[in-house]
Amino acid sequence: MGMTSAQKRGFGATLWDWLTTVDHKKIGILYLAGGGFFFLLGGLEAVIIRIQLMSPENNFISAGLYNEMITMHGTTMIFLAAMPILLGLMNFIMPLQIGARDVAFPFLNSLGFWLFLFGGVLLNLSWFTGAPDAGWTNYAPLSIQSPGHGIDFYIMGLQLSGAGTLMGGINFIVTIVLMRAPGMTYMRMPLFTWTTFVASILILFAFPALTVGLFLMMFDRMFGSAFFDAALGGNAVIWQHLFWIFGHPEVYILILPVFGVFSEVFPTFAKKRLFGYTAMVFATFLIAFLGFMVWAHHMFTVGLGPVANSIFAVATMAIAVPTGIKIFNWLFTLWGGSIKINTAMLWSLAFIPSFTIGGMTGVMLASAVADYQYHDSYFVIGHFHYVIVGGTVFGILAGLHYWWPKMFGKYLHEGLGQISFWTFFVGFHLTFFIQHFLGLMGMPRRYWVFLENQGLDTGNLISSIGAFFMSFGVIVFLINIIYTTIKGKKAPRDAWGSGRTLEWTISSPPVHYNFKQLPLVRGLDPLWIEKTEGNEKMTPAEPVDEIHMPNGSILPLIMTIGFTIASYGFIYQTGNKYWLIAVYSGIAIALICMLTRSLKDDHGHHISKEELERVGD
Amino acid sequence: MRGWMGKTKVFFVFLLLASFLAGCGIENLTALEPKGYGAEKSMDLIILTTLIMTGVFIVVMVIYVITLVRFRRKKGQEDYVPKQVEGNHKLEVIWTVIPIILVLVIAVPTVLATFDLSDDSKADELINVNVKGNQYWWHFEYAGEEIQTSQDLYIPTGERVYLHMLSSDVIHSFWVPSISGKMDVNAENVNTMYIEAYDEGVYWGKCAELCGPSHSLMDFKVIAVSPDEYDEWVNDMQNVDTDAEPENAVAQEGQELFEANNCMNCHATDSAASGIEAGPQNNGPFGPNLTNFGDRSRVAGILEHNKENLVDWIMDPESIKPGNKMTGQYPELSQDEAESIAEYLLQLKPSEITPESAGD
Repeated sequence: MGMTSAQKRGFGATLWDWLTTVDHKKIGILYLAGGGFFFLLGGLEAVIIRIQLMSPENNFISAGLYNEMITMHGTTMIFLAAMPILLGLMNFIMPLQIGARDVAFPFLNSLGFWLFLFGGVLLNLSWFTGAPDAGWTNYAPLSIQSPGHGIDFYIMGLQLSGAGTLMGGINFIVTIVLMRAPGMTYMRMPLFTWTTFVASILILFAFPALTVGLFLMMFDRMFGSAFFDAALGGNAVIWQHLFWIFGHPEVYILILPVFGVFSEVFPTFAKKRLFGYTAMVFATFLIAFLGFMVWAHHMFTVGLGPVANSIFAVATMAIAVPTGIKIFNWLFTLWGGSIKINTAMLWSLAFIPSFTIGGMTGVMLASAVADYQYHDSYFVIGHFHYVIVGGTVFGILAGLHYWWPKMFGKYLHEGLGQISFWTFFVGFHLTFFIQHFLGLMGMPRRYWVFLENQGLDTGNLISSIGAFFMSFGVIVFLINIIYTTIKGKKAPRDAWGSGRTLEWTISSPPVHYNFKQLPLVRGLDPLWIEKTEGNEKMTPAEPVDEIHMPNGSILPLIMTIGFTIASYGFIYQTGNKYWLIAVYSGIAIALICMLTRSLKDDHGHHISKEELERVGD
Repeated sequence: MRGWMGKTKVFFVFLLLASFLAGCGIENLTALEPKGYGAEKSMDLIILTTLIMTGVFIVVMVIYVITLVRFRRKKGQEDYVPKQVEGNHKLEVIWTVIPIILVLVIAVPTVLATFDLSDDSKADELINVNVKGNQYWWHFEYAGEEIQTSQDLYIPTGERVYLHMLSSDVIHSFWVPSISGKMDVNAENVNTMYIEAYDEGVYWGKCAELCGPSHSLMDFKVIAVSPDEYDEWVNDMQNVDTDAEPENAVAQEGQELFEANNCMNCHATDSAASGIEAGPQNNGPFGPNLTNFGDRSRVAGILEHNKENLVDWIMDPESIKPGNKMTGQYPELSQDEAESIAEYLLQLKPSEITPESAGD
């Protein structure tokens, strides 16, 4: 085992290793690769949308295809790109930060990844027969009445990948509660671990609402129920409630982890501890808690009445307070520091003004009566891209540049990094700032064409030009990854020289058991504490001894394939009952896997003391 | 040379910014030039929140810029270790309390305006219009007036007009940015809002909730005329002579074709035709009411109002509004037949009050 033997394996063995892996680091990389692939796909869809809207009454793509494009862009970016990439970072980094050798349920971790991947692939298979076209919010009754199987792919694809995400969330919660190294109390945990913890709690409580909503919609579309059909006594507004009870916390699932990333990057490159650590932790919880109280601000125009609108408006504004606390704490972390600016830091620094604008427009949107104008217009598009791109995407890129040396043992190229940063940054503001004005000038969202002579031409053209800048930035980043993989500079343990947390105490990339000896944590920023006392290494909390690690397994992949076959069957059994064979056989495959897993004992393997001593660290 | 380049750049940026700010969109469409009660209420809050939030943004940016300028690591400082500050109680209280105050400053007028715009206590005494949203057109029935029309909603200036909105299919959203914010048009319940236009004019209306392929083409108009003109219009619409013969032979032929080709199944040419009932069932009308079609501001809500466009629409509506419900509902027509029908429809002008009366 270990790195040396892995490098000498043939292609088949390497492939088998990745298909069966339960190592949180490899699963993390798989998440990053899968999420990255879908990010490119979603980006391509975005570019097609912007080409269509480059000039008035354009005919680049048809109306039906346009609706498929916007639906798939939103769904892909949220569910298949942003969230999996974050899960990838959490998977790789969080166990290292708390001094653990793996997550609590490695088998479940693997299953969660494969469910996400196959859910995403299933959703995208819909392109061959007609993709979903009711928007990523999939509002009934438009989604119920949508012909073809597009919406069915949406339902089954999200159900699969959603189940995977839920597993990931539960796994992280248990890992953080049970597997912290000796001395790592809650209030000594790095902020990224904290935000992983809180985001996982959000996943645990928010995703069931989506699951329920998707099931109801599945029954309506496939089995003749009428939960959302007004003509039969149903109510389509229920879908909106279920969707947003999930959907609003989802926004915080996307943003809280990157708040954690920035809280790691700023202290490292300012050489200063995080300002107001306790306040940051409590602000994170407060944001998460309030995040469940505000879903109806997506529904101010639904006709809920002035009482509901007022309550949700004020609750929404309240979120500005903990978010403001965070912004000021970051600023004062930098204040008085010794700030080194590199690509990771550029992305983090660019986040502050960009996200502040997103937050500003967020408060503006919270004012219900003002929202009557903003709602479902390009103002909203501008707002949430400032939050999700200016927050989540900037944060992901900051995190990737920051942790790349830890994950792959090599630094991303600094020059290429800065080129991609500046083009993407400029393109981002070009694309989305003007959209606030387009919205107020009377352009609703999800418009296939805008008419001539409505004063919307210039704004849309600028927006489209910005999209090309962003694309260029992404392409340069891809080139950077390839360049780094081939010729990148090797990174030591403490890659930035000013690391503060446990991941910087082990080799880059880490060995598969992470820590030869679990470290003894003596306070917040454990590595920093040791460095200030002149120690080069952590004090171990245990003698070198046999390490118990889990075995890999192919079962999660087979189980997922079973579920995917069943999902495919569900989609097509509406037209031809022979497809029920796929449903039954798919579920049978999954059940057999579960049975095998339950009955066959797997005690994992041990890494002997002798081997540990031979390898060194 | 460098200095000159720098100055041009600054000038260019300034020019760009100025053109952004000047471009507030076109009159009677943009929400940035409110011309009605709801739009004005929204604009007040937009301005208030923008000012407060810009203030916050400036504070953040000032601290941000000072920090980056003062505390950037310089050559020779590589080994400098800054003081490790845990936090500052006083500062943390300040940046918690001030935002709370700012939020309250925004919250109070928001709540007041929310209740103000949903006030329907005096609806009974005012004009009430039942609005029906359909893929991809709008129907308006004036309660108690026995008037129906589609696509162009006539209202008097300076008066509140209550809209009771229901959808016959999927969710739509009624938005006339210059007059008022939007409200969704649901299939299961009637949503009520009111609009009030200050000035005469033809205002653009848009559907703001994704409703299918032609969502972006579901435009309509609100035509605000003086109260006197409005009364005249109501009177004219109530007294349409349904037996009137078209003026010329072509139009007469058009009328016969109109009747022979099932057009009447969906399109009424009589303003007082059966009303719409509340409820999710689509009990019609199944196509726009054509009583005053000759005075429409647009063909199909989007095209310039002329015969050529109308003929194109009748010949192949699918190419203009993909997914519309008219395609395939009638036998194929020749160019001549379509032109006759167009001639007939364009002569349906029961009132002197037209979009032109509102200054279009």
